[in-house]
Amino acid sequence: MILHPFPGGIHPNDEKGLTAHLQVEDTPIPERVFLPLSQHIGAPAQPVVKVGDQVRIGDKIAEARGFVSANIHASVTGVVRSIGDYPNVFGRLSPAIEIETTDDSPFQPDKKREDVLSLPPQTLIPFIREAGIVGMGGATFPTHVKLSPPEDKPIQSLIINGVECEPYLTADHRLMLEHPLEILEGIVYIHHILGARFTYLAIEANKPDAIQLMEETVKKEDAKINVISVPKRYPQGAEKQLIKTIIGREVPAGGGLPMDVGAVVQNVGTTFAIYEAIRWGKPLIERILTVTGRGVKSPKNLRVRLGTPVQDILDLCGGWKTEPGKLIMGGPMMGINQFDLRVPVTKGTSGILLLPRDEVGEYHPHTCIRCGRCVTVCPMGLLPNFLGVFSEYARFSDAERYHLLDCIECGSCTYICPAKRPLVQMIRYAKGEVLRRRKKAANK
Amino acid sequence: MKNTLILSSSPHIKSPETIPTIMFQVCLALLPAIFVGIYSFGARAAWIILLAIVSAVAFEAAAQKVMGRPISINDGSACVTGILLALNLPPTVPWWLVIIGSFFAIIIGKQIYGGLGHNPFNPALVGRVVLLISFPAQMTLWAFPSHPLFAHVTDTLSGATPLGWIKTHLMTHATLPTTLPFNMLQAFIGQTGGCIGEISALALLIGAAFLLWKKIIPWIIPVSFIATVFFITGTFWIINPEHYLNPVFHVLSGGLLLGAFFMATDMVTNPVTKVGMLIFGIGCGLLTSVIRLFGGYPEGVSFAILLMNATTPLLDRWTRPRVFGEVPHK
Ligand code: SF4
Ligand code: SF4
Repeated sequence: MILHPFPGGIHPNDEKGLTAHLQVEDTPIPERVFLPLSQHIGAPAQPVVKVGDQVRIGDKIAEARGFVSANIHASVTGVVRSIGDYPNVFGRLSPAIEIETTDDSPFQPDKKREDVLSLPPQTLIPFIREAGIVGMGGATFPTHVKLSPPEDKPIQSLIINGVECEPYLTADHRLMLEHPLEILEGIVYIHHILGARFTYLAIEANKPDAIQLMEETVKKEDAKINVISVPKRYPQGAEKQLIKTIIGREVPAGGGLPMDVGAVVQNVGTTFAIYEAIRWGKPLIERILTVTGRGVKSPKNLRVRLGTPVQDILDLCGGWKTEPGKLIMGGPMMGINQFDLRVPVTKGTSGILLLPRDEVGEYHPHTCIRCGRCVTVCPMGLLPNFLGVFSEYARFSDAERYHLLDCIECGSCTYICPAKRPLVQMIRYAKGEVLRRRKKAANK
Repeated sequence: MKNTLILSSSPHIKSPETIPTIMFQVCLALLPAIFVGIYSFGARAAWIILLAIVSAVAFEAAAQKVMGRPISINDGSACVTGILLALNLPPTVPWWLVIIGSFFAIIIGKQIYGGLGHNPFNPALVGRVVLLISFPAQMTLWAFPSHPLFAHVTDTLSGATPLGWIKTHLMTHATLPTTLPFNMLQAFIGQTGGCIGEISALALLIGAAFLLWKKIIPWIIPVSFIATVFFITGTFWIINPEHYLNPVFHVLSGGLLLGAFFMATDMVTNPVTKVGMLIFGIGCGLLTSVIRLFGGYPEGVSFAILLMNATTPLLDRWTRPRVFGEVPHK
């Protein structure tokens, strides 16, 4: 198949060797879990339990509020101890439900649903919605919304994203190696829902074993899925860049969506969750993540209950091996830096990365030397150097004219800048400012 | 062991490239040209290069001190400017000329604008052009490479660069002589008169290959620059070879390679967009050819680059890349 490379991109060391060969391990049931009401994009869920209630693993404890929102389920069996503010990944406090574990019984699936493909497509969406599934690659957009495109936007292409282009992370890679059949089945379900003409499974070329295994599985099952090896380049797994690579069409600038070009992209982790939800009625109560970096004693791929505090996972992996530097939820390019180890694992946590102190540089930004490297690497065709300067001098309308809001915040520009300018950081600030002003203007 | 965690926002990894590593590699890439310069012109060339570096760095430090800015001579940019200035001087220049050149390069060409990143013109070229205009006699007094390899070369050329020789010859003759006093091989390896760093195309190409391989400089600018000069001078040569010089000489001499690979590629003063770079390179080539063929100076690389430097802000504005997903305006 002819691929259509996106512009720009960078080639950081992928560092996947730390964990790519490690089998996914089950973590012991945590003593208590903290389940934030907002683990997704959209309205926070509404609690349906009270303090003191007994809950069983898999029970719904908070309900989606509105269409763009997601249910939350108990990830352990126990007693609701509190509902209140708790530290979240963004370094703030937000409401969460605390459950103290009383019983380590595993989730008991319903009877296996055998007749999935004979059900009308639309009837599958409630299973997904009920299970509280959101984009697990990190975007955390509610999946049932993504799978319900409006009538006038027919979906031609379904793209399953197994690219995992963030350095260090290997959760999706392991998932494909250990559950190829389940992923395949999940893809078939999604395809059934959307009725797409073409189905692709994109995997980055640095995972030849996963590519081979998935190809074999597809062949064995005689499924109509194109397994595609995409070149290794960051951010190859970003939604717009992946769509461009596979089908050659660009999601329109200025707020376009994948469905505008007839595409839907789903992460392999999400696909697996969809399989579990539809086939077994299992809600999203756990996920696979990679604990990695040269700072941690024993790097692992883990299956973790949602709501498990980072501290528990750190203890399980032997803690810091080196002088602590940074602890990051997610990958090194887009992950979020943490300072409070009480922060829980949520639906969007793809990894926990521990960088030793000596790998964390301290940078003194210099004036832009106009080298043009950020322009070369920007996968959105923007001019990050100018956006940075506009942000610095609060020239927001100039920044908007230079397509500020089309930035996908991939961080490639900051990565490459020899003057060590915090470009994406300045851009994020300006974006926030522009959106705030728009909102204010709209409210007037 | 400190148990504190460091906080900052993503991305959390950065490429190892910094301004000093870029400048260091540029210096490295200039070594072959420096070597040929010293080998050909002797200790005098070494002395000029050293003086240019030391004075450039000293002026930078002094200016920053006076203006109360942080001293940033460690970034290596003043060193690069010093080397480039020296390589663009004839080996005969008096020592004080070097100092004046450094002064204009660093102070007038760079620091008064706010230092590295803010200067619109290539500092070394500012220094050189000021000298060229103010001290034309000293700046065109050429020496001939004096090492034993060149003993056989006739005297006709001493005291002139190939392009200068042609210009002078054409003032008194209607056509070029049938045999030139220099050949292509000489121009290629550096057996002609010229500035310290410009004589050997071979040495410059080795350095340029290194910079391209390391992706320090983009290929667009030098390639479009050189190709344009080759094309234009070649066209004239085909039309009237009696009056115009073979384009290969135009490419190999007169500082074109030095200018195209090491000065036009000065990142601060050229466009950041690909299309901008292309126009910039073609513009440099066009101006260089026009000056060489019709202007008063035998070579025109410095002037061409400086003129194009002035267009850089406009080029950046007019050649914004197409934003991903942007529909071209109708
Ligand atoms: S963060 Fe934004 S501006 Fe920077 S490279 Fe990515 S898309 Fe371009
Ligand atoms: S990479 Fe940095 S120094 Fe280079 S143009 Fe962009 S902002 Fe300027």
